[in-house]
Amino acid sequence: MSVLAPVLEPLTILIAEDSAADLLLLSTIIRRQGHQVLTASNGEEAVEVFTRERPQLVLMDALMPVMDGFEAVRRIKQLAGEALVPIIFLTSLRESEALAQCLDAGGDDFLPKPYNPLILAAKINAMDRLRRLQATVLQQRDLIARHHDYLLHEQRVAKAVFDKVAHSGCINAAPNIRYLQSPYALFNGDLLLAAYTPSGDMHVLLGDFTGHGLPAAVGAMPLAEVFYGMTAKGYGLTQILREMNAKLKRILPVDMFCCATLLCLSAQRRVVEVWNGGMPEGYVHEITTGKRTPLMSRHLPLGVLLAEAFDDRTEVWPMAVGDRVFLLSDGVLDTADANEQLFGAGRLRQVFAANREPDHLFEEIELALAAFRGEVRDDVSMVEITLQPGQSLRATGQLYADSGQSSPLDWSVSFEFRAETLKRYNPLPYLLQLLLEIHGLREQSGALYSVMAELYSNALEHGVLGLDSRLKRDAQGFAEYYRLRNDRLARLNSGYVRVHVQVVPTEVGGKMTLRIEDSGAGFDVEQVLARPLDIDRLSGRGLSLVRQLSSDVRWSDGGRSVCVEFSWEALA
Amino acid sequence: MSIESEVSLDGTTLTIAIKGRFDFGSHQDFRNSYERFYKVPDTYIVNLKETTYMDSSALGMLLLLRDHAGGDEAEVRVINSSSDVRKILAISNFDKLFDIN
Repeated sequence: MSVLAPVLEPLTILIAEDSAADLLLLSTIIRRQGHQVLTASNGEEAVEVFTRERPQLVLMDALMPVMDGFEAVRRIKQLAGEALVPIIFLTSLRESEALAQCLDAGGDDFLPKPYNPLILAAKINAMDRLRRLQATVLQQRDLIARHHDYLLHEQRVAKAVFDKVAHSGCINAAPNIRYLQSPYALFNGDLLLAAYTPSGDMHVLLGDFTGHGLPAAVGAMPLAEVFYGMTAKGYGLTQILREMNAKLKRILPVDMFCCATLLCLSAQRRVVEVWNGGMPEGYVHEITTGKRTPLMSRHLPLGVLLAEAFDDRTEVWPMAVGDRVFLLSDGVLDTADANEQLFGAGRLRQVFAANREPDHLFEEIELALAAFRGEVRDDVSMVEITLQPGQSLRATGQLYADSGQSSPLDWSVSFEFRAETLKRYNPLPYLLQLLLEIHGLREQSGALYSVMAELYSNALEHGVLGLDSRLKRDAQGFAEYYRLRNDRLARLNSGYVRVHVQVVPTEVGGKMTLRIEDSGAGFDVEQVLARPLDIDRLSGRGLSLVRQLSSDVRWSDGGRSVCVEFSWEALA
Repeated sequence: MSIESEVSLDGTTLTIAIKGRFDFGSHQDFRNSYERFYKVPDTYIVNLKETTYMDSSALGMLLLLRDHAGGDEAEVRVINSSSDVRKILAISNFDKLFDIN
């Protein structure tokens, strides 16, 4: 024993040999080496024993009655499948051709007679090493395959959830949005969200997370939730941005962030309000003049800065019916050709310049990218939103959770919002939530929110801040107006806006009276009301809207106090 | 891609030079380039002279370095950026966090 290589682990070895003397001799040698022995006296028996006992290694005589060793080996190899069952031929044959035949038939090695115990033991050990190597490879292959299947399954589930979250808004339903997102990657890190506010404005977000795949999708979920939730409640861009930034900063690792453009398109007010942090510049396209105003990245991406340092300043641009806003992700500009040259903003502008039919812009950009490179990257996103005349204002969400019996119908409340609050707080979402406790008002929530929003911003901008709406008569004055608004608001240290709500039951249902007062200088009500209802002018649109949406509007106290009424009928 | 880092003789400045593409593949090397020094320098310099390309995960790595260097108190300078790389830094407004020239 001591001269033999040590046996790592005892094996079960099948010996197929028609000579009883040879069988006895071999069995004795192998048992001495510490293995278990099974025997067969011809090929058929060998296949039977193999099927029953599954030995780990086979010693096979080549020439046997009933079934020879070559046929038995073929059958045993087939039975063994992917697992390696080494077979060593025992042969008195000497010609190369015969020896080669042993290996061709599926044998792994051969051992010439007479047997040398030392060589036999070494060959068994060598074959056992191969056997175990094969077993390890198979085991690891199966493990990897299982992990891979598992991963694919997880990604499919995550993508299904992600697609629901990312596309649950009005992105596919709104007639004025066109978008293109490359379908190649499971998740490409690009996120496109769109939803209506209670007053019928549209919020759109195009975002691009650092990295691809699951990590990007993980960040997209809370972002989408904040976007849809706060938009539906009537929050403005600045509050939504602050919440998104704070949330991402809290949950994402330091090296992950989200470049994003968030915009609010208002068909009623004919403006687009934009915040761009880290996205390539988008454009407002004036259809009549062909002019394209760039929407530059002015901020760090979302999730980088702490709340105190975050900059929520937005830009406001006027738009006419038919004008378009175009946004894109860096996948478009960073598409590289064979020499690693980037497509870039210059080539994009050439496509713009050559564009004759605005509806074909996407196709023309895709063609230009394809011609430049031959294939498009997996993270190309483009979206275009057209300003169309305002949709009819619809109620949002579920109308009646119950019969309205629990509605509060006889109450009043007053608020006074003072300078420090006016600077940084938008009370409208809170007020809307409060008023929607009255079930009868829910059907009119869109009109209610629009009227409330207009009267509040009139009180703040024309009253408290003393801004003249006539400044907004052209595009330049328009920008100046919003610059002044930010300036004066930042320096505000006195003044107030008061909101009084009174709800009373009536014979048929109920009536809500909303009165808004401000600390400003007031205005000449008769003169302003004498202006025609002209919704195509940049200025003065707010009052027209209020007069269209509510039956009764009354001013008092020299224009410093305005009162509107909303009434409803109880459901039968 | 290769990343080399060295500390100035007086030990106050760590310079990290990035050659070739600066993208996700450089993640571990970039972290090693500053984490392997025991002594914390006062100033970090990221030299992009030979950087040909930079993606958003590279921006993330710069944020990691800034965090490692002390966040808002950190002094991290990004130097020698090519016009392409500078465009990427400009779109992301990283000049608000880093001293870029």
